[in-house]
Amino acid sequence: MAKLESTFKNMVLTLFAITAITSVTLGYVYELTKEPIAKAKMSKKIEAIKKVVPPFNNDPNSEQFSVTLDDQSICEVYPAKMDDSIVGYAVKTFSNKGFGGLVWLMVGFDARGNIMDISVLEHKETPGLGTKMDSESFRAQFRGKNPQQFNIKVRKDGGEVDAITAATISSRAFCDALGKAYQAFTKGGVQ
Amino acid sequence: MTIKENLLKGFFKENPVFVLLLGMCPTLATTSSAINGLGMGLATTFVLIMSNIVISLVKNLIPDKVRIPSFIVIIASFVTVVDLVMAGFLPDLHQSLGLFIPLIVVNCIVLGRAEAFASKNNPFNSMLDGISLGLGFSMALTILGSIREILGSGTVFGFDLSLFPLDDKGAPVTMLMFILAPGGFIVLGYLIALINRVRKV
Repeated sequence: MAKLESTFKNMVLTLFAITAITSVTLGYVYELTKEPIAKAKMSKKIEAIKKVVPPFNNDPNSEQFSVTLDDQSICEVYPAKMDDSIVGYAVKTFSNKGFGGLVWLMVGFDARGNIMDISVLEHKETPGLGTKMDSESFRAQFRGKNPQQFNIKVRKDGGEVDAITAATISSRAFCDALGKAYQAFTKGGVQ
Repeated sequence: MTIKENLLKGFFKENPVFVLLLGMCPTLATTSSAINGLGMGLATTFVLIMSNIVISLVKNLIPDKVRIPSFIVIIASFVTVVDLVMAGFLPDLHQSLGLFIPLIVVNCIVLGRAEAFASKNNPFNSMLDGISLGLGFSMALTILGSIREILGSGTVFGFDLSLFPLDDKGAPVTMLMFILAPGGFIVLGYLIALINRVRKV
């Protein structure tokens, strides 16, 4: 078959046909993958909640509520219950003070506001430096601490948190997110 | 060119990374670990094979003056398919490759092969070309990723090799630079020099 001439009509028709076919295909693939994508996101969230609060048997996702903080940012709170009694709150929080964009954390509090555990959801910090915020040795210092008595700031800023070596900015962002989580907890968590 | 030559050229003679030096941006950015390199390579391979086949099938239906936008639309839709499928079924890999999956669209290997090979050859040969170049790209990225991971974190594909001494906290003291961008350039430079040396012998 001879190649189509580059006339105006041919060009318009070809481009129209190609974009129409690809749009239909992409729409179809989107429909196919919509459910698995939503499922993957959900299971990731539930995994993160499981990591930071004691075992629960309710569906924290359906009981989730949002809290607006003083600086207008919004945190999501997931109550975890065992047989209808509260065992802890998981707070999804973030900080925009990171070295490479937003830092997202899931923080677990018990009913009195002590930090139980923290899991890092998403960040774009420097590999090998800021990424150590996910390490056991850094997170361990927060466990069992209550932000009311424990000053969540790195030592350089007058707080009590040992920053990660060569990643003070990432550590600051971590503390900032943690502070937001505690604020969300005190504003909306204890009901 | 025989089928065998066509299939083997991507690994050595026309390796996209070491010889053609195409697609350097995703090469350096995603190879901080072996598994990321392999994942990126295989995603690109899929896009390359599919776009090569489709473009060689429709090459006579596309007028010359609009061929580049047409190719890009075709490539972009395959990339979106990969992006969506990965997000649904391989969420962890999808998160670590992040921004670089959509960027396969502008990877010069894919458009380069569409323009230089698929638009002049039949679908079968174009498919072989895609397989060859794609796997060559994956191989290069995996080698680069493995070396950087071994030197930078002391692991390969996540397995600890215990190469480095431990510090007082029990964490290995590694050559961190190799995971960061400068290390990528250094490893790539030495690999290209090595391949060039071998090619000349």
